Amino acid sequence: MKNVDLVIIGGGSAGLAAALQAKQEGIENLIILEKEPYLGGILQQCIHNGFGLVQFKEQLSGPEYAQRYIDLIEQEQIPYRLNTTVYEITQDKKIYYTNADEGCVCLQAKAIIMATGCIERSAGAIMLEGARVSGIMSAGLAQKYMNIEGYMVGKKVFILGSGDIGLIMARRCTLEGAKVLGVAEIMPYSNGLNRNIVQCLNDFDIPLYLSHTVKKVVGKDRVEKVMIAQVDQKMDYIEGTEKEFECDTLILSVGLIPYNPLLEKLNITLNPKTKGVNVNQDYETDFDGIFSCGNALHVHDLVDYVSQEARLAAKGAVKYLKDQSHHQENLHETKAGTGINYVLPQKFARCNEDKIDFKFRVTRPFKKCNIVIKTDESVVKIIKKLYLLPSEMEIVSLDMKTLQEPFKNLEFEIKEEC
Amino acid sequence: MKYDVIIIGAGVIGSCIARGLSKYNMKVAVLEKNNDVGNETSNANSAIIHSGYDPECGTLKAKLNVEGNAMFDALCKELDVRFQRIGSITLALDDKDIETLKMLQKRAQQNKVQTTLLNREELLKIEPHLSQHVKAGLLAETAGIIDPFNFCVHLMENAIDNGVDLFLNTQVTSIVKREDGFLINHQFQADMVINCAGLYGDEINEMINPKTFEIIPRKGEYLVLDHFDNAFVKHTLFLVPSDKGKGVLISPTTSHNFLIGPSAEICSKDDKDTDKITINEIKRTASLMVENIPFHQVIRTFAGIRPTPKNHDFIIEESQTKNFINVVGIESPGLASSPAIAKKVIEEIILKKKNYTLKENYDPYVKPYIHIHELSFEERKKWIEKNKDYGEIVCKCEKISKGEILDCLQRSCPPHSIKALKKRLRVGFGKCQGGMCQSIAMHLLANYYKKNLNEISYDSLNSYILCDELKGANKQ
Repeated sequence: MKNVDLVIIGGGSAGLAAALQAKQEGIENLIILEKEPYLGGILQQCIHNGFGLVQFKEQLSGPEYAQRYIDLIEQEQIPYRLNTTVYEITQDKKIYYTNADEGCVCLQAKAIIMATGCIERSAGAIMLEGARVSGIMSAGLAQKYMNIEGYMVGKKVFILGSGDIGLIMARRCTLEGAKVLGVAEIMPYSNGLNRNIVQCLNDFDIPLYLSHTVKKVVGKDRVEKVMIAQVDQKMDYIEGTEKEFECDTLILSVGLIPYNPLLEKLNITLNPKTKGVNVNQDYETDFDGIFSCGNALHVHDLVDYVSQEARLAAKGAVKYLKDQSHHQENLHETKAGTGINYVLPQKFARCNEDKIDFKFRVTRPFKKCNIVIKTDESVVKIIKKLYLLPSEMEIVSLDMKTLQEPFKNLEFEIKEEC
Repeated sequence: MKYDVIIIGAGVIGSCIARGLSKYNMKVAVLEKNNDVGNETSNANSAIIHSGYDPECGTLKAKLNVEGNAMFDALCKELDVRFQRIGSITLALDDKDIETLKMLQKRAQQNKVQTTLLNREELLKIEPHLSQHVKAGLLAETAGIIDPFNFCVHLMENAIDNGVDLFLNTQVTSIVKREDGFLINHQFQADMVINCAGLYGDEINEMINPKTFEIIPRKGEYLVLDHFDNAFVKHTLFLVPSDKGKGVLISPTTSHNFLIGPSAEICSKDDKDTDKITINEIKRTASLMVENIPFHQVIRTFAGIRPTPKNHDFIIEESQTKNFINVVGIESPGLASSPAIAKKVIEEIILKKKNYTLKENYDPYVKPYIHIHELSFEERKKWIEKNKDYGEIVCKCEKISKGEILDCLQRSCPPHSIKALKKRLRVGFGKCQGGMCQSIAMHLLANYYKKNLNEISYDSLNSYILCDELKGANKQ
């Protein structure tokens, strides 16, 4: 058994940034374990641009963004293993992994960063109604078939869900000659970035049906038709609003779920809102010495923020490795108040910190509103906003000196202007 | 092509009979209209080996269920199929239900099935998550759960290894009776025909006989929960059929998932649609049995169609046309009865016709399959040292290796589609439902069959997954 200071599970955008940060802060004995045959994760199939605007101040494609990090990983000679699947993490932080070349390996880690990304919600998980035929495909898989394998997935396509990958695939399918008949979104607002609605739907005259969902898939061997219907506030179908589209493909972009089977086996509770684990300001989980970041922690809209968050998790892990002091006791809790879906980190300590970045998402779109931040009952900060959207993660940096002890909870809420 | 016996339909009944006949010196063929064996009723059911207390005494169902149940331990050992006698409990919610349980227990005695009536306290000791509504339960310890997909596949694999011919994608469209036997599809000749066509058993029968029975398709919808460490039920739980709900069950599966369902509704033979209203009703009924069912762990819903005969008992008999044998109307408990049904058909009908001798080289064993994820660290290490492909994990959710897939492709009843592979090895059966691994599975199938990726189908030959290659795509 080999001893390793820091094991990073996942070599996508989060894992790569975490590894670099740790190495730059002097951690020499580290390793990245990646399940795919390449580093870079899902970025490698995202051939559209728009990556790197925050981080590099330029427009990069997914593979270009990934390559910048991969080059640095190679330069820093950070070891990694590809085609490698982690079977188990034990209570004493042993990591059992398998690949074809090394067979079965056990590592004893001092600290672990979970950068395992997310998976797409499946047709089964949303209990899609109608026939179970070929031609129903998640947007990410469709993207992989087109951009990595080089095959068209369908000729007449309908898309359920207005998540970003679905929107990107609407444009991609259109550019490759398919007819994209429409996008149905069950919510009364889009779940994708505004720029994607404009550039991927509006520019190609693809209709977006808000408050609509697929009521039935029809087909014998392959999708032949989808029927959509409008839904009311309780998400029940409104009779008489059905529309039918003859198509051969239904692409699903109905949400991403942090992928944490290894942590679930360690009995770390998942947060019902984020579907990831709870962390403190160092991105340490409830499990001593295990850190989580990127889409495995909560689903991000921009990769730039994934990289930033991973660097913070790496800083946390380095601090843990260097002095073993951490903030697992006497922590304050953040609370998602009215209009807020979740706040991250879920716990934090005030000591020794100048500033902490708090991340949150709103439950629905807001116009002309205030973000109100309170310690228990006293208001700490009010931030005016012209608009807030659930599809866009907000970051608020709070100076810890402004928080007056004693207090238990730090609450975030949205107040609309009358 | 001339055969002694042709079996129409490669569901669990056809496969069981084919394997049973493969012991004898005779030429046997199985004609299956689908692109895989066990692809209709055998593919979408409760995966339960019922104890046999439920069918009314004196029926074929009662006799063959009890007989069949007892055969599964030995059979599944020979076939290398997962089977566990976890026991079933039928739950009562009120005094009226308790009366029903008492009636069922009497029926169990008549059928010679051992059952135990348990009160609420006794039940909670073995099933702590039962709902507050549950008053009593009838435990049948001989009930079991099985991997229904591989039961059928391994039956057929063993039959083929012992000389049976399987023809997939071969729908029977015509049967002609001639002096020297039967001619099917102007192509296959046989002395004897066994109709195991399930849902289509009546249509096949009517190709050669007047209408004597009718098969009514009945749909059952189900929910599948992911596997998670905290097993919230340990037995197969049934609800006493009553006005509160029809016989919905909650059961662990041999792959550590949980199955909840079925509904029961008359439908058309190819209607495998699921719908929200039915699924919600199943959830409501299941919640009468168990508290806080983790419905957020649902990974799939599906529907299966059962061939319900109008008289509600199995039909196992030689038809008006001599040497044409109907084995139809095999609805629940068909899976549990299947080995006994095959035994009955072979011993009481086929062997009575002609005394076929036993093959000398008959081998009842399926060569054991390797399940890398079930091995210990050390054992896994040894296997990967022997074959590197066992170290390359294709399905990340279920931890299925490339080596296992390549092994499976070389078997004699191999998968030809993504669904067939999923049925055999659980590739794409997990949380991501193939989102992460389907493209790798496609590559392995395409390489093995020397096809392009867009020639690999999801299930039937027409269920293509990919269309044309993109222009300028860089192919390796």
